[in-house]
Amino acid sequence: MTFSLNNLANPSRFLSFAGTVIPWLAALTVILLVIGLYQAFFVAPVDYQQGETVRIMYIHVPAAWVGMGCYALIAIAALGTLIWRHPLADVAAKTAAPIGAAFTLVILVTGSLWGKPMWGTYWVWDARLTSLLVLFLLYLGLIALWQSIDDPGRAGRAAAILALVGAINLPIIKFSVDWWNTLHQPASVFRTDGPTIDPSLLTPLFVMGGAFLALFVLLHLIAMRAEILRRRVRVLQQTQVAQAALS
Amino acid sequence: MKAALALLRRDIELAFREGGAIGVALGFYLVVVAIAPFGLGPDLNLLARVAPGLLWIALLLAALLSADRIFHNDHEDGSLDILTMGPLPLAVVAASKSLAHWVTTCVPLALLAPVLGLLLNFPIDTIPLLVLAMLVGTPAVSFIAGIGASLTLGLRRSGLLLALLVLPLYVPVLIFGVSTISAAVTGPGSPWPPFLMLCAISLASMVLAPLASAAALRTSFR
Repeated sequence: MTFSLNNLANPSRFLSFAGTVIPWLAALTVILLVIGLYQAFFVAPVDYQQGETVRIMYIHVPAAWVGMGCYALIAIAALGTLIWRHPLADVAAKTAAPIGAAFTLVILVTGSLWGKPMWGTYWVWDARLTSLLVLFLLYLGLIALWQSIDDPGRAGRAAAILALVGAINLPIIKFSVDWWNTLHQPASVFRTDGPTIDPSLLTPLFVMGGAFLALFVLLHLIAMRAEILRRRVRVLQQTQVAQAALS
Repeated sequence: MKAALALLRRDIELAFREGGAIGVALGFYLVVVAIAPFGLGPDLNLLARVAPGLLWIALLLAALLSADRIFHNDHEDGSLDILTMGPLPLAVVAASKSLAHWVTTCVPLALLAPVLGLLLNFPIDTIPLLVLAMLVGTPAVSFIAGIGASLTLGLRRSGLLLALLVLPLYVPVLIFGVSTISAAVTGPGSPWPPFLMLCAISLASMVLAPLASAAALRTSFR
C-alpha cells in the first residue's frame, strides 16, 4: 500500500491504517514524553534570572507550536473539504478543533502561571497573549458551529468556511494586536541568525516538541477513528429507524 | 448592476417600512452607553478616557443584535431561494444585503454616536472624526456580520452563536477604530495611520466577505 492522502480517503482503509499506527505512536509518545520531561525537570540547568520557573517553558513552548499548527491543519483540511471534497478532511478538521483548543488552553494557563512570578501578574493584555486568546475564541466558535448544525455535511462545509475566514483574519488580528500593545519577548528559537537559547536548554525543548507533536497526532488519529465510527453508528441507526418505519 | 441596485433598494425600503429593527438597535446602543457610568462611576475624566472604546464596543454589540436578520426574513419567506436561482451571482446578493444592513443599521448608529459621546464627556471638537471613523469602519462590521449570518442561517440560538463566531473577527476593527480616536484626543501620533488601516480593513472585507457569505449560503440549501 503506497502512502498517500488519496489512499486514505477510503474510511475503512483509514481505520485499518490508524489501527496499525496508533499502538506504535502511543509507544513513541510515551518514550519521548518520559525523556523530555526527565530532561526538562532534572537535567536542564536552572536559568540565572528565572530560576526554576524556566521549566514551565518546556510545556509552554511545545504546546504553542502544536496549538498554532493545529489551526493551520484545520485550515488546510477546510480547503480539502471545500475544494477536493476529501471525505476525511471534514472529519480531520472537526476532531482537530477540540484538541487544538485544549493545547491553546494549556498555552494560556502555563503562560499565566509563568507570568505570576516573572511579570507579577497572571495576565497582561500583551499582544501575544491577546492574539492567542483570540485564537482560543476562534476554536470555540468552530466547535460551537459544529455542535449547532445537525446535518454533518452542512456542518463540515460551514465550519470549513469559518476556518478559512479565521485563517485570513488571524494575520490581521496578529498585526493589529502587535500595533496595539507588546510586552512578550520576541521570537528566540526560529530566527534567521540562529537560536538565542543555549543548546543545554534547546535539546529538551526539541524533545518535548517532538513529544507534543506525537501526542497531538496520536490524539487526533484516535479522535478521527472515533468520529468515523460515530458516523457509521449514526447511519446504522438511521437505516434501522427507516426500516422500522417501513415495516 | 441594475438588479443589484434594485435589490439593495428593496432591502433598505423593507427595513425602514418594517420598522422596529432600527429603533431597537438605536435604543440598545443608548442603553448600553447609559448603563456604563453606573458600572464605571460618574467621574467625567474617567468616562472621557474610556469613551472611544465604550462607544465602539456598544456599536459592535448593537450592530450584531440585528445581524441575524440580514438573510433571515428572505430565508423564511423563500425569496432567498428565488434570488439564488436568479441571474445575480450569489456573492452580489450577499454583498447587497450586507450593504443594506450597513445603511439601515450602522449608519444610524454612527450618527447617534455624537449624542452618546456628549453623555460620556467626549471632547466636542473630535466628534467629526469619531463619526468619520465609524462610517469608514462599519462596512467591515456589516460585511463580516454577513458571513456570520449566512453561516448560522436557520439554526437554533443563531443570534448567540453569531456573536461568538463574529466578535473575535472584530478585534482589528475595534483596535484601529479606537486608536484613531484616541490618537486624535490624547496622542501620541497622528490619527491617520490607524484611520487608513481601518479603511483597508473595510475595503478588504467588502471584497472578500461576500464570497464567504455566498459559499456559506450554498451550504444551507442542500
